[in-house]
Amino acid sequence: MSTTEVTGEVTTPAEPVAPVRSTRPRVRRLLSTAGPLAALLGLCVVFAALAPGFATANNAMAIVEQAAIPVVLAMGATLVVLVGGVDLSIEGVMAASGLTFVLLAANSVNGNDLGLLAVLLALGVGLLFGVVNGVLHVVVRVPSFLVTLGTWFVGLGVATVLFGTATPQLADPSLAAWAGGHWLGLPVVVVFALAAVAVTVLLCKGTRLGMHTYAIGGDEATSRLAGVPVGRTKIILFAVAGLLSGLGGVLATIRLGVGDVSVGSGSLFLTLSAVVVGGTLLSGGRGGPLHSLVGVLLLVVLGNGLLLSGASPYIQQGAQGLIIVVAVIATGWPARSRLRVVK
Amino acid sequence: MTSLLELRNVTKKFGPNTVLDDVSLSIAPNEVVGLIGENGAGKSTLLKILAGVHRQDGGRMVLGGREVSFGSPADAADHGIGVVHQEQSLLPNLTVGQNLILGHEGDTARAGFLRRRKIRARAQEMLSVVESTVDPGALTETLGFAQRQMVEVARAVGGRQVEHPPLLILDEPTSVLEPEDVEVLHRRVTALKERGSVIFVSHRLDEVLRFSDRVYVLRDGKVVGERIASAATESELYQLMIGKGAAEEIYSSERKQAVPRTGTPTLSVRNLTCGGKAKDVSLDVHAGEIVSVVGVVDSGREEVARAVFGAVPVDSGTVEIDGQRSAPGSPADAVRSGVAYVPAERRVEGMIAGATVAQNIATVHPVKAGGGRISSGARVEETARGWIEKLGIRPADPDADIARLSGGNQQKAVVAKWILGDGLKVLVLDHPTRGLDIGAKEDLYAVFRDLSDRGVAILVLADTLDEAIGLGHRVIVMRDGEITGAFDSPPGNPPSKLQLLEKMM
Repeated sequence: MSTTEVTGEVTTPAEPVAPVRSTRPRVRRLLSTAGPLAALLGLCVVFAALAPGFATANNAMAIVEQAAIPVVLAMGATLVVLVGGVDLSIEGVMAASGLTFVLLAANSVNGNDLGLLAVLLALGVGLLFGVVNGVLHVVVRVPSFLVTLGTWFVGLGVATVLFGTATPQLADPSLAAWAGGHWLGLPVVVVFALAAVAVTVLLCKGTRLGMHTYAIGGDEATSRLAGVPVGRTKIILFAVAGLLSGLGGVLATIRLGVGDVSVGSGSLFLTLSAVVVGGTLLSGGRGGPLHSLVGVLLLVVLGNGLLLSGASPYIQQGAQGLIIVVAVIATGWPARSRLRVVK
Repeated sequence: MTSLLELRNVTKKFGPNTVLDDVSLSIAPNEVVGLIGENGAGKSTLLKILAGVHRQDGGRMVLGGREVSFGSPADAADHGIGVVHQEQSLLPNLTVGQNLILGHEGDTARAGFLRRRKIRARAQEMLSVVESTVDPGALTETLGFAQRQMVEVARAVGGRQVEHPPLLILDEPTSVLEPEDVEVLHRRVTALKERGSVIFVSHRLDEVLRFSDRVYVLRDGKVVGERIASAATESELYQLMIGKGAAEEIYSSERKQAVPRTGTPTLSVRNLTCGGKAKDVSLDVHAGEIVSVVGVVDSGREEVARAVFGAVPVDSGTVEIDGQRSAPGSPADAVRSGVAYVPAERRVEGMIAGATVAQNIATVHPVKAGGGRISSGARVEETARGWIEKLGIRPADPDADIARLSGGNQQKAVVAKWILGDGLKVLVLDHPTRGLDIGAKEDLYAVFRDLSDRGVAILVLADTLDEAIGLGHRVIVMRDGEITGAFDSPPGNPPSKLQLLEKMM
């Protein structure tokens, strides 16, 4: 979206004129960059005081492990949100690729034993879903939330068919051991999450694709006129998001030890809220992977801390919802303008 | 000397309307050419053809000795034509350097990875052409308006490497600049002449004369004059722009009845400051009176009109309807006190595309249209049928999707939804006939006259000066947010367009 200032003008996205130039963008950047980080640190301080078990090394590791898969998913979701789209198919893709993986690796239902190749093929399924999302959105011009709403359920359907009648148990001890192990002193899932963050940050900040991503999120029409390959960029981003959802599905399945259609259940809400709470604008162009990393940690810390302080799970959910609303208002505040229809 | 750009007999039609009629002009290397004309004279269409947005229907375009035809804006840019639009087109969330290379990254990206130092060097090089000292690493939104404009000029001039000198098109570049920034722009444009040519479009004739070497005047899609800037005068250019021929009488101005301006005005605006543009504006519209407001873009007249309807927050001053002060900043309140607003953006703000004509007509006064609090589709349709007949909406089908109607018929339905209520006192018309053909305009003017006979006070932001003079009992001129003139426009003795223009500019 444009950086419309509060002019009350609906039709012309008037550029801010000279006198208001400096403060507003700075305020907005501060709100969306430092705000979530400050909130995260604040929460940590509060919970450290409230719950005795919070500020321990073990709990810190638990939080990090719990955040790992959501972080992987949030990286993909961030890329899509940065161009002003949204990917709702996360849970469906996780289910489809999770079951693909378990049925191709050594399992209790069939005789397959492809080992690492099963992982790659499962990631391929995720990638395929992402490409389909992107192509339907870009070429057929269906709004991304509708396309991905559809593929969400297609994914669940595919997973249900694959599931069949008996729960497939993962029977590859080497894979399970590998995924349960540690690299550089960190659980393997956490290493994956860090790698996903690193790659996404590099993509956003260091590549032409990343620059085009922010440009499209800033203003799609202007980018198109400047010669940015808008459609291609979007398809690639959706594909990456699908791939990461697939990775999330595989990691979650390994952790679970069985194939499960509802392996991603709850992930969509957590991921998208994390993206928003982290300060990435739903209209695109602002924010980024590091914001979403903070967003995920914030939500996970919130849940963990409330649990340790003995709050009821219902309060947890309510608190999460409240934080999201506050975050949306805070990030959108400077851009808000009268008579502007927000859908 | 061979010209850098030559247009020969270029023609462009939109439907039945000929927008550009046999336009021929040439631009020499290292020359600044001014382009002026009234709204609708064909200026913007001409620019769009040069910029690759539209393609001409007939005629030839020769650039750097070769015949060209652009399929897209990128195509035009590849040929060394750079446009700086009135609305700025930089991405605020990217750095200056990124904006400068966006879309034609070239060797600033290798294997998909950006090379920061190369970007900085390239950006610095492009910025130095316009002597801008902006930091290429700065986020674009932190720049001031004039700085951003300079970045745009840098991008337009240095974006592509072509064998002939670049052609820079500046579309109304000075309209939102402070005087000192205009000075800077003038120096830069003069300096740029060393490298290429410039087309300078502005409604400020003094600036056109100052910036340009030569000036072309467009009227009704034709080139009606070409002057050497140093030998031309502003008033000479005015005359050329306006033309001598009287406009066709389509405004039913013979039906303009004298309005007694006594008693409480139906609409009274006092010392209104709003929207960051309008400053201390006061005006009255009496029952049955039509008042036109004219002014260039950014004169503040849109803000005044929208403030009357409560669609712009009021900073200070009052708006009174029939002596009653209306709550500022609430369209719902404005509607309740009898104000109606027909917006300029018909498709976006005026109607609900995809809904039927009947549904659209019923949007403002659903109770009245539907025959009670529980509205019945049949009653709505019946009401709509009545208005369709009264206003001559075609096709005469209440169930037709409004988006499928022609612009004129759409506008009639938009007006119908307002005049349906008995309580209508003030009608604000924001460019009510924009983009409509003559026949549709005439019909709408007749509708406005009927309303005026009914005692409705009408405030109209006219599309053209002819419209303002023909339609209005009075014409108010605004410039830079202030009222600079007010003229009575009785049927036999209207103000001249020249009089209005002088107050506008």
